[in-house]
Amino acid sequence: MSRSSTNILDRPLGRSGTRSAEGPVVSLSAFAYVYSELVQYHQGRAASISELERRLESAGYGVGLKVLEMTAYRAKETKRETRLMSILHFVSSSVWKSLFGKAADSLERSIDHTDEFMIIDYEPIASTFVSVPPDLGQLSADAYVSGIIAGVLDGAGFSARVTAHSVSVEEGEYTKQQGGNTSMPSGMPPRKDKAVFLVKFSPEVLLRDAALER
Amino acid sequence: MGFLHLFIVNKSGGLILHRPLGPNAPRIGTNEWLRIGSTFHSLHAIAAEAGPTKLPGNKNSSGADDGIEQIEGGGLVLKCLQTRTGIKFVLTAEPGTPDLDTVLREIYVLYSDCALKDPFYELEMPIRCELFTNAVDNLIERVEAGGMKSR
Repeated sequence: MSRSSTNILDRPLGRSGTRSAEGPVVSLSAFAYVYSELVQYHQGRAASISELERRLESAGYGVGLKVLEMTAYRAKETKRETRLMSILHFVSSSVWKSLFGKAADSLERSIDHTDEFMIIDYEPIASTFVSVPPDLGQLSADAYVSGIIAGVLDGAGFSARVTAHSVSVEEGEYTKQQGGNTSMPSGMPPRKDKAVFLVKFSPEVLLRDAALER
Repeated sequence: MGFLHLFIVNKSGGLILHRPLGPNAPRIGTNEWLRIGSTFHSLHAIAAEAGPTKLPGNKNSSGADDGIEQIEGGGLVLKCLQTRTGIKFVLTAEPGTPDLDTVLREIYVLYSDCALKDPFYELEMPIRCELFTNAVDNLIERVEAGGMKSR
């Protein structure tokens, strides 16, 4: 019985021998079906929209904790992040790249509240095929992804409350998509909403970051 | 050259979607639509029995039930695509409109993407997915503007 010499964490994902240029590839349809079933499962057990969102977020939380460890290990970082901006950059670039194959489209700080940050993704994959019916109003299908972000941040020691919102894209805001990556399934019109993940840190995290600043 | 209507009938004969696709499409009331849907469903099945040649098991080469595929009239062409699961996609257009088959197939692809992968859509129920209706409108616009490139 032979043991593979490489550690499981060093082996690439996906089928060996199908290394495409961008790395391992997972079928979007397969993910969409599994995610659709996950949403239906929780919808049958939740009594309200906010409970459904909480259930999806907690489903993503466990994934976030593990993704943090995996991504940090694969990036061969020798020091863990202790500053707010660096962990946010880590989430919006490394974590996004390992999960979705591209970095998040932008990271912004809220003007009104100093403890709020926004990670923006113009094509969130969890909600690619989801049409939220009008009686479910404000539900965002990307609650699962906000759970993942919350898991990553909590695991790194920055406790935060992360919520997902769909905001309609203004005209001309989205120009870099045209002619660039074709991650949209063929035949579908470009998305009208972008996903905004609002990250609200707990006060002690901000105090600690301010103390480190000095 | 214009598309008129799209309607989709589920496997028990109930209408799950009807949508006007162009400015020439005549206005048809909801009750009329339900009647059209169930009438077409029955005619589709009867046509397979009434036809001079019968396929084994009444199934055509793609595994779907045999039945009406095309109706041509004075001012209308009607094309139907039936899937293995019994869903019928029916497209009506003015005579001379090109690429009806490809458009029908594309609509089937859009249905399997936007409706079947939507967690809030119940099978065989009327389609209320915004993504699907937007994608169909977008497809018709693209075809009318530029014509269908062969895939």
